[in-house]
Amino acid sequence: MAGAAQYSDERAREIIAAHMGLEGPAMPILHALQEEFGYVPDAAVKQMAEALNISRAEMHGVVTFYHDFRRAPHGRHTLKLCRAESCQSMGAERQARAFLDKLKLDWGGTTPDGALTVEPIYCLGLCAHSPSALYDGEPIGCVDAERLDEIAAEARD
Amino acid sequence: MAKVYIPLDMAAVAMGADKLAAAVAQEAAARGENIEIVRNGSRGMLWLEPLIEVETPAGRVGYGPAKVKDVASLFDAGFLAGGAHRLSIGIVDEHPWMKRQNRVTFVRCGVIDPLSVAEYEAHEGFKGLKRAFEVGPAAVVEEVTKSGLRGRGGAGFPTGIKWKTVADCPPGKKYVVVNADEGDSGTFADRMIMEGDPLSLIEGMLICGYAVGASKGYVYLRSEYPVVAKVFQSAIEKALEAGWLGNNIKGSGFDFDVELRIGAGAYVCGEETSLLESLEGKRGIVRAKPPLPAHVGLFGKPTVINNVLSMATIPMIMEKGAKHYADLGVGRSRGTMPLQIAGNVKYGGLFETDFGIPLGVVVNEIAGGTRSGRPVRAVQVGGPLGAYVPVSLFDLPIDYEAFAAKDSLIGHGGLVVFDDTVDMSWMARFGMEFCAIESCGKCTPCRLGSTRGVETIDKIRSGQNIDANIDLLKDLCHTMKFGSLCALGGFAPYPVESALRHFPEDFRKSALEAAE
Repeated sequence: MAGAAQYSDERAREIIAAHMGLEGPAMPILHALQEEFGYVPDAAVKQMAEALNISRAEMHGVVTFYHDFRRAPHGRHTLKLCRAESCQSMGAERQARAFLDKLKLDWGGTTPDGALTVEPIYCLGLCAHSPSALYDGEPIGCVDAERLDEIAAEARD
Repeated sequence: MAKVYIPLDMAAVAMGADKLAAAVAQEAAARGENIEIVRNGSRGMLWLEPLIEVETPAGRVGYGPAKVKDVASLFDAGFLAGGAHRLSIGIVDEHPWMKRQNRVTFVRCGVIDPLSVAEYEAHEGFKGLKRAFEVGPAAVVEEVTKSGLRGRGGAGFPTGIKWKTVADCPPGKKYVVVNADEGDSGTFADRMIMEGDPLSLIEGMLICGYAVGASKGYVYLRSEYPVVAKVFQSAIEKALEAGWLGNNIKGSGFDFDVELRIGAGAYVCGEETSLLESLEGKRGIVRAKPPLPAHVGLFGKPTVINNVLSMATIPMIMEKGAKHYADLGVGRSRGTMPLQIAGNVKYGGLFETDFGIPLGVVVNEIAGGTRSGRPVRAVQVGGPLGAYVPVSLFDLPIDYEAFAAKDSLIGHGGLVVFDDTVDMSWMARFGMEFCAIESCGKCTPCRLGSTRGVETIDKIRSGQNIDANIDLLKDLCHTMKFGSLCALGGFAPYPVESALRHFPEDFRKSALEAAE
């Protein structure tokens, strides 16, 4: 993601400490770490396990359970295309396949220049405007091939 | 000063509402017009988003779908006074889509400024809570039970019974948890209420906390709803500032706090026990029941866990009384159902109506048929775990029991319409694939069954031993239905079996092609 900070143990410790007053702080910490660094670095997972007094294996299990948490840096921009039924009823699957083929990517792949990662998402609740997408957190309804090409071009700039 | 409404609703934003609001503000400034822009929720006529509304003496006049390029011409047409324009839909409340509804849960959604406590109060807000304080906790539980309200998350469990179970637990730490992990494709009612009337959810939680003796409430929201997260967080802050959250609320002696938590893209976390695990900071693995969350819930404490819509309906039930609500609906399906009309439809949106309306009326009349203009072939009701209903069953009324009798479910009330280009064996395969991706992995029927389901459907689709593989698939569905721990594995067979039952020809295409 654009603007992600370089990882440092110290900053990770600060983020973890800031959430320790919460009940069940793991998820808020993981979100905050990803927000800061663009992904959840293994070194931060180790710090979390120590702070929460659980094993690293257990902490690793939590991170890897959830689709949202990334274990490595992604492209500078992220495009999430909805694959759920409502979007499929409007041809989303075919459209996404064609777009991925054009970029020579599979789901979850990043363009070689590191500009764009394309991920599947299962419903954005924009089902009256299928197919829908989320580009760097911004919702887009009634996405067509033209809009997808624009996004791919924007991401490269 | 003219009052202009432009929704902050995520669907409206996805269609350009933020840019539109900026353009309207800029154009007004350039023309020296003094206007106030209110970012409201959506009225639910989603095909008209972004829908601009202007307050006039005759009522609110709507214009939609409005684009940035329409702004100048709207001003030219005198839209601030309700002037005629090709995008005008006239008085919004008089629109046939609105007139045909019975808005109970969504009565304020799209009407008020969702982040104004004063407006919420002016529209009957917090009256339910005030009445709850007057009658006392036991009477509140009684009232909710009598209303016949059933959980709107999908299972349809009576809300009052859940509350009574928690209320009857010995005093001590208890929790109220709201399930806002609205993951079903074709559903967006929770999203809309949390964007359009978030204080109703907060009030519902307050009433619940008061009734069962809890002082802390969590809202578990899916990460796919970034707009909701922003709006709801500000609503919490506004309620706190106005003294509707915190300690000794309005002198009642009752303390209550609400905290928003964000999920991380796991569909299974919409299952209540998996959600509780996730809130605790663990993998979202489903818990075996019993014990019920009402006895051993969040952090092992008695917990009420309700869907957003159930909770947001509580204030109205407390304000108007159980009977008012129970008088709506049919059979054991009391009250109203906010239907979400989606997919390949001309008029998609949120339509709240009494239970009992036939499915075909919703699809053909209200939704206006398909957007593609082709014939309707199937409607998936109740999300990815819901059955595909063919046109031949369009006289089915929207009613929990009537749907159950046809091996279908209403679930959270989402309807996804497909035209005749749909390949039902592909949709069945997708149902299994989705289950495989989202399975938490705890129980074998769901974890392995879903992957085997994909493989078996692939064999059928490629023409290998079709009859034998269909029998195997049916057997697998049976095992998943009755052997899975939760509704993910247990209901994933519904779309598959319904596709097999109602659209068998789609599973034999390869055989037909080979014969030709």
